[in-house]
Amino acid sequence: MSTAAVAEHGTSHDDHGGGHGHTSTGLSNNKLAMWLFLGSECLLFGGLISTYMLYRGRHVKGPGPDQVFSIPYTSVSSFVLLMSSLTMVLAVAEAQKRNIDKAKLWMTVTAVLGATFVGGQVFEFTEFYRKGLGYTTSLFGSSFYTLTGFHGVHVTVGIIMLMATVGMLKSNKVPGDKAEVIELVGLYWHFVDIVWILIFTLVYLIPA
Amino acid sequence: MAIIEQPRTNVALPAGTGAPALVTPKEAKGMFARPVEPKGWRDWVFTVDHKKIGIMYGVVAFVFFIVGGLEAMLIRLQLAAPNGKVLSAEQYNQMFTMHATTMVFLFVMPMASAFANYFVPLQIGARDVAFPRINAFGLWTFVAGAIFVNLSWFLGGGADGGWFMYAPNSTKMFSPGHGVDFWAFGLQITGIASLTGAINLIVTCINMRAPGMSLFKMPIFTWMIMVVQFLLVFAMPVITVALFLLSFSRGFGGAFFDVKQGADPLLWQHLFWIFGHPEVYILVLPSFGIVSEVLPVFSRKPLFGYKFVAISGAAIGFVGWGVWAHHMFASGLGPISVLVFSMATMMIAVPTGVKIINWTLTMWGGKLRFTTAMLFAIGLIVEFTIGGLSGVTHAVAPSDTQQTDTYYIVAHFHYVLFGGAIFGLFSGFYYWWPKVFGRLLNERWGKANFWLMVIGMNLTFGPMHIVGLQGQPRRMYRYDESNVHARFWNAISTVGAFVLALGILCFIVNVVITHRSKNPAVKAPLDPWDARSLEWMTSNPPPAHNFDAIPTVHELDEFFHRKYAVDHETDEIKQIATAEQIMAEQMAHAEKDIHLPSPSYWPLVVSLSLPIIGFGVIYSHILIAVGALVTILGLFGWSMEPSVATKDDYEPPAPTDDAIKELTA
Repeated sequence: MSTAAVAEHGTSHDDHGGGHGHTSTGLSNNKLAMWLFLGSECLLFGGLISTYMLYRGRHVKGPGPDQVFSIPYTSVSSFVLLMSSLTMVLAVAEAQKRNIDKAKLWMTVTAVLGATFVGGQVFEFTEFYRKGLGYTTSLFGSSFYTLTGFHGVHVTVGIIMLMATVGMLKSNKVPGDKAEVIELVGLYWHFVDIVWILIFTLVYLIPA
Repeated sequence: MAIIEQPRTNVALPAGTGAPALVTPKEAKGMFARPVEPKGWRDWVFTVDHKKIGIMYGVVAFVFFIVGGLEAMLIRLQLAAPNGKVLSAEQYNQMFTMHATTMVFLFVMPMASAFANYFVPLQIGARDVAFPRINAFGLWTFVAGAIFVNLSWFLGGGADGGWFMYAPNSTKMFSPGHGVDFWAFGLQITGIASLTGAINLIVTCINMRAPGMSLFKMPIFTWMIMVVQFLLVFAMPVITVALFLLSFSRGFGGAFFDVKQGADPLLWQHLFWIFGHPEVYILVLPSFGIVSEVLPVFSRKPLFGYKFVAISGAAIGFVGWGVWAHHMFASGLGPISVLVFSMATMMIAVPTGVKIINWTLTMWGGKLRFTTAMLFAIGLIVEFTIGGLSGVTHAVAPSDTQQTDTYYIVAHFHYVLFGGAIFGLFSGFYYWWPKVFGRLLNERWGKANFWLMVIGMNLTFGPMHIVGLQGQPRRMYRYDESNVHARFWNAISTVGAFVLALGILCFIVNVVITHRSKNPAVKAPLDPWDARSLEWMTSNPPPAHNFDAIPTVHELDEFFHRKYAVDHETDEIKQIATAEQIMAEQMAHAEKDIHLPSPSYWPLVVSLSLPIIGFGVIYSHILIAVGALVTILGLFGWSMEPSVATKDDYEPPAPTDDAIKELTA
């Protein structure tokens, strides 16, 4: 008995090979959905970045950006995060060549680099807190921690997604097209990296 | 009929023939065996069928329509006479806030989702939406969020800042109760539902169309729904940010709205209205879609300028992003901003006017049938136009600054939302009831329903124009007896509200008698309205798999073109087939081996974890961790479960294909 009938009309989302070529446009449902989700995320970070930019330089007490930021330190952690995009690309490339083992390895490396970044961020936050910048201290404190905190949560969710995918690949529990699943995680990961490039430029590099 | 080939356990396996070794449920993917072919209430709660989900959206939304309606009645009772004593000032604040919140987020939006869920797959010739389990997740998340918002009534009082909840007015200092916290997190949860639903429906519209159905052969209702889903995808994250900033200010002491710290009170206004203005099109465009289906059917003419209607819908969607600050003319934006937003607001009247003209020309020269569905559609054209005209007076900034925060505004948005959105939804109820339930609603009760609602709404909201221009402020909880004008017109409004309520009661009575009736006349024929679009090319109600054979589409209004053709000799349109013949032909070509997605527990688990996080934010931070853990576990279970049940999910395991072949050979 074939399962072709439904797959042809792309009914179920993780159906039988991801529904490639069975949809009206030929695009995979999953990939289209991921792009829409990322489009929505643009507006989420757009709102948070706007809030930060609106309140830039308007704090009335507590330390300002130039008193807490350590550009060399954050440059290194930004570099680590950017490198994780490179390893993610390698993971996707290996997956598309059907080298799932190598893809798993590169995904693990990506997750480790991501975790290094998040660890760095936690350290940075404690450092800032020690210098007197709490969440409630000033407009700068509230908007900075909220923006970078949301980004950090996104990276953390990415790490969970990466490690979950690696685990599920190991126990062979990924339904559908494995390479596409890895590519989708990759799309999310690159998006989060691009957002960091914006945050690093607007928040850290432009002098207050 | 097509056979739905799901592995069934009741295939007779002769005892002792050594049933083939199968995987046991323990080795199955997922954490516990999934529900397979459940019965009774479990069939509804764990379903992923877009039709059942649509019906449940509708039922829950209607319950909240009643709740919001009762809140409105209390408001009108309070204002019926001078020095009203029905509500205290605090209760009055909560009442109008929750009335608006309920009507906008818990009635009109989910009711549009109900129609979209049920009819988009049917109109594009699909067997389900693109992501059936995400669809179920959307429903239960909405239900969880809706209940969460309303729990505030029992846990210290509702939110009291008005539906746009302007900060800093809604911060802890001015609204110390938990109402605003419940409101903010509850809407955050329903926002998740809207976002996932929107992504799902866009992918469905783009990717699941029947062969031959290009974008410009899509029924107009589906078109409008697609535009609305794009608005949702980009508008929801903005309100998400605003709600987070508010929650963090209230819960963790964030400084975002603390003016002493240099905060800008306009931040909230901008964020809210960047969401809020697209939101009004999110509310009204589905109804525009519904009447664009109803008018051609009951005028026996194709929709006049189909492409214009579709494109003007998309244009409203685009321009709708550039008009938000017309809600803020009185806030001192500066002359250039006011000018720009004033012009943009006048511009958006153009595509809306295009639609009104197209609907009117659709009826022009048509053979009109004044069924209740048609009456509601015509009602929408008239009432929405009145609301649209008062809207243009708001676009003129000098006039708007006089009208801001008066009842004139209240009159305007009730004409466009009640006369627009809600009339459209009622038109949809009467038009599609036979499709969904296989029964025709009673026309006599329907007409009473319509006329009471039209008279009621004009009596209620019409006088608000007058008292508004005379300066009666919005959100005023009582007035003095010396104000003779206010006394007279407010009394009329209250009488109107009761007429309106009576009209809605007629609808409820109509539903009850229709479903109680044993008269065979209530049973809907296959094609009761001589309809035009694809959803009527299947039985009433449709089977679980929607279509026995997925139709190939050649025309816009495919069903009409299968029934009618131009006779080249006389140049007249002649019927060439009946709906029954078209159905019979479909059955003859029925597809076998249709695999539908299977029910699942996981969407429900993930949905129910969200209010736990909400309680955590408000009462105890430990619950946040508990809720988040449940969410993550639920997502894991979900991602490891294939969307179509595998044979090892059955208890006892279903026999393999080979085994069945052997046995039946």
